[in-house]
Amino acid sequence: MPDIKLNNIRNFIFDGLNIEIYDKELLAVIGPNGAGKSTLLNIIAGLVDYDGSVHFNGVPVNTMATRERQVGYLFQDLALFPHLDIASNIGYGLAVRGDAKKNIKQKVDELLRLMKIEHLRIRYPKNLSGGEQQRVALARALAVSPQVLLLDEPFNSLDIQTCNCIRQEIKKIHTEFGITTLLVTHNMVEAKEMGDRIVAMNDGEVVEVSDIQDGYEYDFNRPYDMQHCSGCTIDCNCKK
Amino acid sequence: MEIRNILTGLIPIIVFIMIWESINRMHVVPDYIFPSFTEVMREGWHLTSNGVLIENLVSSLLRVLVGFLLGSLAGIMIGTVMGCGDIINRSFHPIFSLLYPIPALGWAPLLMIWIGINEMLPIILIFICSFFPILYNTITGIKSVDSSFIKAAKTLGASDQKILTTVILPLAVPNIFTGLRLEAGMAWRVVIAAEMVAIPTGIGALMIQSESLYRVDTIIVCLMVLSVMCLVFERSFGYIEMRMTEQWR
Repeated sequence: MPDIKLNNIRNFIFDGLNIEIYDKELLAVIGPNGAGKSTLLNIIAGLVDYDGSVHFNGVPVNTMATRERQVGYLFQDLALFPHLDIASNIGYGLAVRGDAKKNIKQKVDELLRLMKIEHLRIRYPKNLSGGEQQRVALARALAVSPQVLLLDEPFNSLDIQTCNCIRQEIKKIHTEFGITTLLVTHNMVEAKEMGDRIVAMNDGEVVEVSDIQDGYEYDFNRPYDMQHCSGCTIDCNCKK
Repeated sequence: MEIRNILTGLIPIIVFIMIWESINRMHVVPDYIFPSFTEVMREGWHLTSNGVLIENLVSSLLRVLVGFLLGSLAGIMIGTVMGCGDIINRSFHPIFSLLYPIPALGWAPLLMIWIGINEMLPIILIFICSFFPILYNTITGIKSVDSSFIKAAKTLGASDQKILTTVILPLAVPNIFTGLRLEAGMAWRVVIAAEMVAIPTGIGALMIQSESLYRVDTIIVCLMVLSVMCLVFERSFGYIEMRMTEQWR
């Protein structure tokens, strides 16, 4: 899995952003609305225009189309294809790459088992609960064996129980597969619990980078910490 | 419940036919101006058994099918290109916006001069009638596809062509079918008008010939056939759309 470097990134939000994401780490990105968190993910995925350079393992990927970057992206609104059943949604990435039907079925079965959603195989997204949709979207992102996993506020619309459950699953998957992962979140507790490091962003700039493993403690009185914590749905320390 | 629904729809029709029949039997209006329902049915049977109705219906049907098929295909294809390409859309939108408001039959005099009075005339009129609404419905359908689905497909490795065929067009189907459903009925209205004005065969031509012979019963039979054909066409597209999208909409 790659070490990702963003050098001197400039676009409508960033003005010379530099950031490095280490191989196999889970980097939590926090910050208020409009800080540029989702844009950061979109730049790594190649979904928005930018100046500067993005490197995967030292190789520049600027000219590489999104489909060649091998990223797994869990969108904030999940973006499950409504016209495809769950098995087809999960197998979509493999099907468009021309994988054999047998391989697709095998991989889909494996992911349905991993995410514990075998019973949903022939159902359509509109008939699924928020938590189930989340699992399907995660399975779909993992199906293409991504080098990088981009998670854009994946727990936003979930209840506390489902949120905790999926959080653990993502952590487990990250540990198991060792995929370099970026997690954008509003929730400080979530960032601390899941991230190996935390990047705090505000107004298109990296305000702070901290290493959770070093026992770093956030000062929750800082404005960029407090702002985004207003949206927490779970028992969040920053509200105390 | 099903039987009750059918009865609810049938009863007004039966009442309407009874009133129609009663008015005729009261001899308020002469038979040749306002024939009874039974006389109309008798004439319908007569026209069917001697082949006149079938022959004219087939002529109209073929024109509708060819014109509508070509107009729809062109509308969907050009609509897809315009819906996907902003520059093409911006370039062609003004000219199509100017042409769209012209009623299909408004082209008839010009087409009579350009191509003459022949089989092509109603077909081209139906083509024009179907093309523009289906074009706009296709563009709207494509433009209304949520960009997050396109982004998701890109991250999953889909090429632009795959995104078009596996995400954009399937999601635009409801809009495209709205256009097809509405224009399927409209194509019949246009073919009848074109046949009345310029073509010697078809249901429209039969109606205009009947008018000159004062055969109100034949005209009413033709109107009934027209009504049924419009309904069948519209309902068929509604049914196909429902079958294609019912699971996910």
